[in-house]
Amino acid sequence: MHQATTGSAPAGTTQNASPAAVAAPKAGAASPARQGGTGSFGGMAARSTAGMNAPRIAIRGLDFFYGDNKALKGITLDLPDRQVTGMIGPSGCGKSTLLRVLNRMYSLYPGQRAEGEVMMDGENIIDPALDLNALRARIGMVFQKPTPFPMTIAENIAFGIRLHESLNRAEMAERVEWALTRAALWPEVKDRLNSSAMGLSGGQQQRLCIARTIAVRPEVILFDEPTSALDPISTLRIEELIDELKRDFTIAIVTHNMQQAARCADQVAFFYLGELVEVAPAADLFTAPRQKRTQEYITGRFG
Amino acid sequence: MPATTIPSVPGRAKDPRAAAALGRRRARVDTAIRLLCTAATLLGLLFLVSILATLVWKGAGGLSLRVFTDVTKPPGSGGGLLNPIVGSLIQVVLATLLGTPIGLLVGTYLAEYAGNSRFGTTVRFVSDVLLSAPSILIGLFVYQFLVLPFGGFSGWAGVVALAIIVVPVVVRTTEDMLRLLPNTLREAVIGLGAPKWKMIVLVCWRAATSGILTGVLLAVARIAGETAPLLFTSLGNLNWSVNLAQPMSSLPITIYAYAGSPYEDWITLAWTGALVITLGVLGLNIVARAVLRARG
Repeated sequence: MHQATTGSAPAGTTQNASPAAVAAPKAGAASPARQGGTGSFGGMAARSTAGMNAPRIAIRGLDFFYGDNKALKGITLDLPDRQVTGMIGPSGCGKSTLLRVLNRMYSLYPGQRAEGEVMMDGENIIDPALDLNALRARIGMVFQKPTPFPMTIAENIAFGIRLHESLNRAEMAERVEWALTRAALWPEVKDRLNSSAMGLSGGQQQRLCIARTIAVRPEVILFDEPTSALDPISTLRIEELIDELKRDFTIAIVTHNMQQAARCADQVAFFYLGELVEVAPAADLFTAPRQKRTQEYITGRFG
Repeated sequence: MPATTIPSVPGRAKDPRAAAALGRRRARVDTAIRLLCTAATLLGLLFLVSILATLVWKGAGGLSLRVFTDVTKPPGSGGGLLNPIVGSLIQVVLATLLGTPIGLLVGTYLAEYAGNSRFGTTVRFVSDVLLSAPSILIGLFVYQFLVLPFGGFSGWAGVVALAIIVVPVVVRTTEDMLRLLPNTLREAVIGLGAPKWKMIVLVCWRAATSGILTGVLLAVARIAGETAPLLFTSLGNLNWSVNLAQPMSSLPITIYAYAGSPYEDWITLAWTGALVITLGVLGLNIVARAVLRARG
């Protein structure tokens, strides 16, 4: 691994010398699907069905319950490796619920349960015996509202890393710089890494949260309406960032903004009343939806 | 499509004069409410300022170095407040150190683990009752359990009595401050793969620090002036003593004894003692706020 020699002063490293341009190495976790990826450049070829990579996560017959209320009904969906799956649908249709199944966030709340299969590397994610902290290190999440922790910018990034790895100072400084660079935040914060993260703007805070998530080097990143609290400029930056991140991460993004789904996603899934109505490559779903409900939704007839 | 029969605007036509009259009435009510609020504020301030003014008026005259360097002496022979000041410091500091961790952990349990379980609800209720319990009751309780069985009044008994007062205050503020934190913050920590205890210790407590500290300061301010719980526990001591196994002097008890005495110099010292407590608590608040602001 590239060694930063700057010790405690990461601000002093030159950007060229940082490993920012390459993916952080995955500690022996490379799956066959990762090698098989064709890479996608967002062109039409990648948007045909054949352009979808092998699934990183395969959801099969997933039901979800809030108490007695069935919020997801028999969902079957693949999240293709290193591609972006957009999830759209009116409020309360279950798209955020699905994200919260994927990293088992629902397990925090008694009375919520899932049934079915959510397979990743031969393991069922919803298996009650699963080590949730290890799972969440592999499947990161970015929330609707930016959630900086009440500590410095550098400590925010280091927090997640320390949960799973023990790095020395130089390695930590290098990883912090890498994560902030990948999240397109490094130039703005490199001179104030030790000031409070609460002083950043909303858009910067959200990129900090993305940096914090990728610093743990997950395989999958879940975005739950990541730009709905941000202004258009910040939204654009986050969207560009998502496009850049999919080289290395499998991404699922819930959004209320159909243009955003069209811009960011390789495939789009439309949910309605807890059901997955249709999933298709983004270009197909928005130009030639096969289901009447999809068409009505994307043309603004309801929702 | 059939013609709609809904009238375009329901009700009578607007009368501009009635609207103007309504506006004038609202302005009058607004003025009346504002006057009432201002009057109530001024009344409250009046009492506060007159208390502080009396305190400074009667107490500042007795302030001298002797107050802080000399122990209490018989009337007419000078003397200061060194042993009550040190006794109060020892007991308040130890009671805070003893009560704060307990209160912090109970408040954390109530906010992060108990939810609305029956046990949690019960603990919350008992804590609230303790919060408003007469402090003399706490003194009597400690008298029964720490003074009688161990053969006498002691500083330790005073410390425990004061700590019992600290606990419910810290429980209440800790729980309230933790509950104010947005749940998304908790989910963000958990989402990184953190176990719950790390979420609480490393993020939630940190985010709630200023609120929790305010609660601790409130508790300190309260016990610094408490007399009743010390009457049956640390009793008071006319001589210099920092032995916690012996009766220990304290400012409130000394004020209580001196203010009720017929001696002019003791009465002045009582006022000075009250001023010292007030300035001490005020200084502590200022320092704590400055420290918090410096931390960002």
